[in-house]
Amino acid sequence: MAVASPTRAFGASIRRREDPRLITGRGKFTDDMHLANAATAMFVRSPHGHARIVSIDTSAAAAHPGVLGVYTFEDVKGFISGMPCAWPTTNTGDTLKLATYPPLADGKVRYFGEAVALVVAVDPNTAADAVELVTVEYDPLPAVINNEAAVAPGAPLIHDSAPGNQAFRWSLVGGDTNGALAHADVRISQTLVNQRLIATPLETRCAVADYNPASGEVTVWVTSQNPHIHRLLIALSTGIPEHKIRVIAGDVGGGFGAKIPYYAGEALCIFASKELGVPVRWSESRSENYVATAHGRDHIQHIEVGATKEGKITALKVTAYASLGAYPSTAAPGVPTWLFGCIIQGPYDIPNNEVHVIGVYTNTTPTDAYRGAGRPEATYILERVIDLVAAKVGRDPVDVRRLNFVKKDQFPFKVANGTLTYDSGDYELTLGKALHTIGYTDLRAWQAEQRAAGKLVGIGVSSYVEVCGLGPSSAANAMGFAGGLYDSATIRVHPTGKVTVFTGVHSHGQGHETSFAQIVARDLGVMVDDVDVIHGDTDKVQHGMGTYGSRSAPVGGGALRMAGMKIRAKAQKIAAHLLEVAEEDIEWVDDAFRVKGSPDKSKTIPDCAFAAYMAGNLPAGVTPVLEEQHWYDPENFVFPFGTHICVVEVDRETGETHIKRYVAVDDCGEIINPMLRDGQVHGGIAQGIAQALWEEAVYDENGQLLSGSLMDYAIPKASVMPHLELGHTVTPSPHNPLGVKGIGEAGTIASTPAVVNAVMDALSPLGIHHIDMPLRPAKVWAAIDAASH
Amino acid sequence: MHPAPFAYKAAHSVEEALQLLRSHEDAKILAGGHSLIPALKLRLTQPALLIDISKISSLRGIRRENGKLIIGSGTTHREIEKSHLVAEASPLLASVAPQIGDVQVRHRGTFGGSLAHADPAGDWPAAALAVDAELVIAGAHGTRTVHASEFFTGMLTTVIQPDEILTEIKVPGEGTPGIYLKHRNAASGYATVGVAVTATHDHGRIGTVTIGVTGATPVAFRASVVEHALNGHAVSAHLLDEAASHAADGLECLSDIHAPAAYRSQLVKVMVRRALGKLLHA
Ligand SMILES: Cc1cc2nc3c(=O)[nH]c(=O)nc-3n(C[C@H](O)[C@H](O)[C@H](O)COP(=O)(O)OP(=O)(O)OC[C@H]3O[C@@H](n4cnc5c(N)ncnc54)[C@H](O)[C@@H]3O)c2cc1C
Repeated sequence: MAVASPTRAFGASIRRREDPRLITGRGKFTDDMHLANAATAMFVRSPHGHARIVSIDTSAAAAHPGVLGVYTFEDVKGFISGMPCAWPTTNTGDTLKLATYPPLADGKVRYFGEAVALVVAVDPNTAADAVELVTVEYDPLPAVINNEAAVAPGAPLIHDSAPGNQAFRWSLVGGDTNGALAHADVRISQTLVNQRLIATPLETRCAVADYNPASGEVTVWVTSQNPHIHRLLIALSTGIPEHKIRVIAGDVGGGFGAKIPYYAGEALCIFASKELGVPVRWSESRSENYVATAHGRDHIQHIEVGATKEGKITALKVTAYASLGAYPSTAAPGVPTWLFGCIIQGPYDIPNNEVHVIGVYTNTTPTDAYRGAGRPEATYILERVIDLVAAKVGRDPVDVRRLNFVKKDQFPFKVANGTLTYDSGDYELTLGKALHTIGYTDLRAWQAEQRAAGKLVGIGVSSYVEVCGLGPSSAANAMGFAGGLYDSATIRVHPTGKVTVFTGVHSHGQGHETSFAQIVARDLGVMVDDVDVIHGDTDKVQHGMGTYGSRSAPVGGGALRMAGMKIRAKAQKIAAHLLEVAEEDIEWVDDAFRVKGSPDKSKTIPDCAFAAYMAGNLPAGVTPVLEEQHWYDPENFVFPFGTHICVVEVDRETGETHIKRYVAVDDCGEIINPMLRDGQVHGGIAQGIAQALWEEAVYDENGQLLSGSLMDYAIPKASVMPHLELGHTVTPSPHNPLGVKGIGEAGTIASTPAVVNAVMDALSPLGIHHIDMPLRPAKVWAAIDAASH
Repeated sequence: MHPAPFAYKAAHSVEEALQLLRSHEDAKILAGGHSLIPALKLRLTQPALLIDISKISSLRGIRRENGKLIIGSGTTHREIEKSHLVAEASPLLASVAPQIGDVQVRHRGTFGGSLAHADPAGDWPAAALAVDAELVIAGAHGTRTVHASEFFTGMLTTVIQPDEILTEIKVPGEGTPGIYLKHRNAASGYATVGVAVTATHDHGRIGTVTIGVTGATPVAFRASVVEHALNGHAVSAHLLDEAASHAADGLECLSDIHAPAAYRSQLVKVMVRRALGKLLHA
């Protein structure tokens, strides 16, 4: 759909401009980069969860025709000896035990699928044959998978440098939780498992590296959510000067957090290209992606709650055992700590709360951010807790939510642990709208009838607030993140008035080529189709921190708005000059500068751009050309919120859950493109429902990944998704230049507890109050079966 | 995911395919490839030669002869799904076909390939048992016909010898009511348990019931105990309850991360009961 006027660009459901390219096969993904003479890299991977490497014999593989090189840790360590961690955080007296993360196994393998050797050959078939010819002799060691077992006395030791397999202890304390627990009318203890998940982007990871020995420059095409961070980490870890590295992440087929980290695969392609003097490419298979790309979640949480007999929560204490997997991935320590603990009271006014996190190593694939990263883990706790409290005090869970909500007049609201100040919100509003949409009162009456007829039907509510738009650099630094979290925008208005926009955030499915053009089109009074958005190339975009934590619209979009205003300020001077009036005598109306009182006399941005490039008739002090840049460092995070409601029926005989209705009301502040917003919510809900019902990375006690392919790891399919009824409210962020709040993760955060609460509500007549996710039919049936005996 | 090296030959007649099979030590038949190719890519199987039979036109198609449906082994799931003849002559087969995989899979995968592969979670084995299919197998010394009840010998194994080809499958074609119920594995879409049932009844009295079950055990089986308890009796909800409750008696069910054995045996009972209910309206 074309939008007729620039003034209506912002807020219009414009179809994704990237789609014609992507759906006709004209996208340029990393794997589409076919360079002449490129060799193929493949990895020999560990079949054990934990084992000492006795010997590696690469001779047969090296002698195989077409093999260019076979390398082990000893060969590559001079180039790169360890993968850097960018969020080395702790906040307690205990020091952080940041284990070395070697690019290839160094003497020991610590997880199933860990890369042991690198094979480079003339083509993929030869490389695959040669991988089979590498002989590795292992001495298997006992493995530890469970987070609590890992830190129990006598557990197998994974890293000598981390006694007891503990990476860190981290705590946040607000108020007097123990005191409040002691005086509470009701107390609840509950253990929750937030299972390990695998991100499963449609495009697996891939890298192509081309090292030029003559210039010392290297170009790396990579599946990245944050190419500049990749460039920095490549420079820091390999010693290649940063200005000699060009990282290109063009079209990227989904990330969900798993393409934030910097991995050995990318680094070793650079190594091999430098070593062999040819470009080197590497592309994961799906099975490889399942072991070699970061997993997400994986908490065991012990919860203590105190409440009044009305259901007002007075105390919440959480002790979480969070797995980093076998090694510390790029952002891993920050995810189960700051991204989880700061928001532990969610949309509720819980004056006393404590969160303690024990970060542990286990013999599993390293974990990192996965859509929502920390906030789903916190929201799941709260939303289960609200329902457990409601059941205990005998009140409707909706009433208990209302009782505990932060009220509209409490904003800006500082959380008890002091880390965050919620910018704006109206939690009652989204809850009310969701209840109205679903017809809550009638629904409860219907449920009573169904129950009387023996049916297991349940209604689950989930309210959330998330912390998005990461974030103020000062906050990021204070949280131990080794980088700022500002972002950049450059707007280049060409002589003809066409516009190219350079953004430091990255699109890997979000649709920035559309939504960012909408932002700029409005501000410059030009058509959306006249604005192109460039991202994902460190040689084109000056700098940027990439996309995660729903930061693109708030931070990248904020930067664009500010840069747009700079263009307008400069153009206004030129317009006034061309119109031969004083600057104060013109104003911006709709899509042009107009003389006050005679709006027919006007100049557009393209008019001004032309003059700026002609440059002979510019006002004094105005430089030629119309191009502006802005570095936007937000003053606060943004805090989107909402309520989701899910209705389910559970089949008593088979334990299957059928979602009958699903209503989502989200508030992400101003909406740039309603269709893209809906798309983000749809996808997020699909992933969140999948965590509730299907997805789970399962290891056996030896550390074998049993759910190692799509045959055993159940991602959501279109055919099993319910119809989603979406609604929204608009509470603009008061400090963001666009008033936006971020919508990328909301669906994932809210939907998981909505579904679990609904199933538990359905099962409550049987006396069942909690089952850990995923609520697979077999597990639910077993609980029903046990309850009826 | 790159298979070990192999040679490829497309056969244009059953004779040619058999000839190739005999003259090569380590050859494998390639039909739709939707089970074989994944196994090749994982290097679980590394044959020296693939003999493609998908271009043999005589192996493809559905016809009715002497009251029987005759389906070529190379007929795709999709062709069966779309066939009016199958819908009329074998409601059970018509019920199975659309529940296999997705449309893309059904366009490639074949009836014969699925039976020959004998995946414990495959859908067709249950139906072949329930309709008492006759499987025609061609070899060096002509053809032989094997009943479904004798065809499946173990997990992923059948009576087909390395130098033989399954050519066609004959099933009764008188339109006996039948239904296939499938509990899908949420990840793979294959059957955790699949229950294929045919039943006739007349004036409240059951004629013959046949029940084939897949997914529950390493090899698909006929639930004969349930069949015997029903055949010839007056239809009643109580009878169906009682009979179905024995559907898993003595079974040694498969167990995996999705479905422990106890759950599979529960599914067998529940799904047999539900299928009977649908066919016998009780
Ligand atoms: C994504 C996906 C989803 C699927 N979902 C389902 C599902 O839900 N239910 C289900 O039942 N199946 C499912 N399948 C399997 C599919 O139905 C396969 O097509 C079938 O199992 C094998 O048939 P094929 O023609 O592809 O055989 P192939 O893969 O070509 O061959 C399988 C085996 O049988 C042998 N063979 C094949 N034809 C003959 C013959 N005529 N004579 C002798 N030997 C022969 C081959 O040598 C090989 O060993 C799925 C497959 C995929 C890829």
